[in-house]
Amino acid sequence: MGMTITEKILAAHAGKDRVSPGDLIMADVDVALANDITAPIAIDRFRKSGAGKVFDKSRVLLVPDHFVPNKDIQSAMQVKLLREFAREQELTYFFDGGESGVEHALLPEKGLALPGDLIVGADSHTCTYGGLGAFATGMGSTDIAAAMVTGQVWLKVPESIRFIFRGDLNPWVEGKDLILYAIGDIGVDGALYRAMEFTGPTIDALPMSGRLTMANMAIEAGAKNGVIAPDGITETYVADRALREYRFYASDPDARYAETREYDVAKIEPQVAFPHLPENTRPISDVGSVPIDQVVIGSCTNGRIEDMRSAAAVLKGKKAAGGTRLIVIPATPSVYRSALDEGLFDIFLDAGAIISPPTCGPCLGGHMGILAKGERAVATTNRNFVGRMGHPESEVYLANPAVAAASAVLGRIAGPDAL
Amino acid sequence: MKHTGKVWKFGNDVDTDLIIPARYLTTSDPEELAAHCMEDADPGFPQKVRPGDIIVGGKNFGCGSSREHAPIAIKAAGVACVVARSFARIFYRNAFNMGLPILECGAADTFETGQSLSVDLDTGEIVVAETGAAHETTPIPPFMQELVAAGGLMPYIRKKMDATSG
Repeated sequence: MGMTITEKILAAHAGKDRVSPGDLIMADVDVALANDITAPIAIDRFRKSGAGKVFDKSRVLLVPDHFVPNKDIQSAMQVKLLREFAREQELTYFFDGGESGVEHALLPEKGLALPGDLIVGADSHTCTYGGLGAFATGMGSTDIAAAMVTGQVWLKVPESIRFIFRGDLNPWVEGKDLILYAIGDIGVDGALYRAMEFTGPTIDALPMSGRLTMANMAIEAGAKNGVIAPDGITETYVADRALREYRFYASDPDARYAETREYDVAKIEPQVAFPHLPENTRPISDVGSVPIDQVVIGSCTNGRIEDMRSAAAVLKGKKAAGGTRLIVIPATPSVYRSALDEGLFDIFLDAGAIISPPTCGPCLGGHMGILAKGERAVATTNRNFVGRMGHPESEVYLANPAVAAASAVLGRIAGPDAL
Repeated sequence: MKHTGKVWKFGNDVDTDLIIPARYLTTSDPEELAAHCMEDADPGFPQKVRPGDIIVGGKNFGCGSSREHAPIAIKAAGVACVVARSFARIFYRNAFNMGLPILECGAADTFETGQSLSVDLDTGEIVVAETGAAHETTPIPPFMQELVAAGGLMPYIRKKMDATSG
């Protein structure tokens, strides 16, 4: 019996020849990650553990990104805690001020999240790195503190669900739509405790940005991790960035899956997830007329340069509708600079957009675009729970950057074809 | 250990933003978090909940973010345990790491706000006082019991570290 890519990575990190779903293992981690919301608790637990030093100063990564630039005194105190801990522990990498960005966009870009890695992070979207062919999963601060001390974490080996995507993508359809479609199909707990493995000819041709977007939202189906086998596209992406050795794993042909689902992507239109769950998906042709107050383009899901380009291609020469606020948030300093160099900022500014520095900001209702009572937003983010972006009586609709851009122009939810 | 407490019933897919909205995550102080626990689902909840009460949810309780602030807020609000049809996996780990017992119970959907539940954490049996109905729940896995017995993940790690250094 063969193994899945998830099982192989876990076995390798547990020093075993093979593991099976259900096995409890103690595994070595390549990266333990936390942000400005979760690291303060992790640091407190670390202190209480009695450990003096982190297990490896190059493998504990702290990224202030949620409430930065600090939105108030309390958030400033939280980031200060991270800064002081990084200094005290002489962490090799600490991203602060103008060097910081949205963690899950930043680490792949910096070559700190790599194929074959086992990455644990105190942030649920840590699963993003599965797009590179890593096993990556979110945990709480205490679990991460334990990993910071010991360099290890206990895990239950998950079963895997295989998703096979075939066919050519329709215009304006990208990774975001494929993952929203899959979540719409299986539901927000459809992959609970399981691995989501994305395969098939469509995935083979999908650029790295789309792969990261897909793995990013695996958690929205309850999954432990999302993963895509690394290939030539992965190699091209990591070759010049990698700061460590990396390794490609692939599922065996006779690997065992709890379930296999196949999709013909020719039937998939751009998707919109209606409030208040990511599973409430509808094809763009079926959204009706939903007026909106705000559009947010950014986040760990869709804040990469490809997302900026996609939004700009739609916005070029157009303006956001009166009464619709358009907020664009390049996820990292490098994305920000590229967007500037490529002239995308001109397009955004001409469209009446607000360009924010890199931050998670409004995605989690932190700052930089909070919704008032009764307001509606289209966002390229990952969650549309009650109160996610502001007032409990506001609404979030999830979509890809091109749909978000078109919606800004029209002042209602719509795809680029409606322009 | 046995708890008897009043039920506060919530629905399916109770997410971590509902348990403790991100706007309050500029602190990790348990009391401050407890003051806003579940308020977007029921604005009066933090004031109404009493020590020993029990939160009941449907499927996928605790879905969403990895914020440990969620079980911290629930525990600090005085809630003795959470019973749900199923739990999201990060929340499941976090709850045990924080010493908040949680139980999966297929009959959770039948419980109602205001009922009195007796929950036996050792046997997993849940009894509804009003009806006398008894329900067996999935027992807590042995591995998790070890963590709970040590008082949570950190004391567990510390014990192991002391053992290796001693």
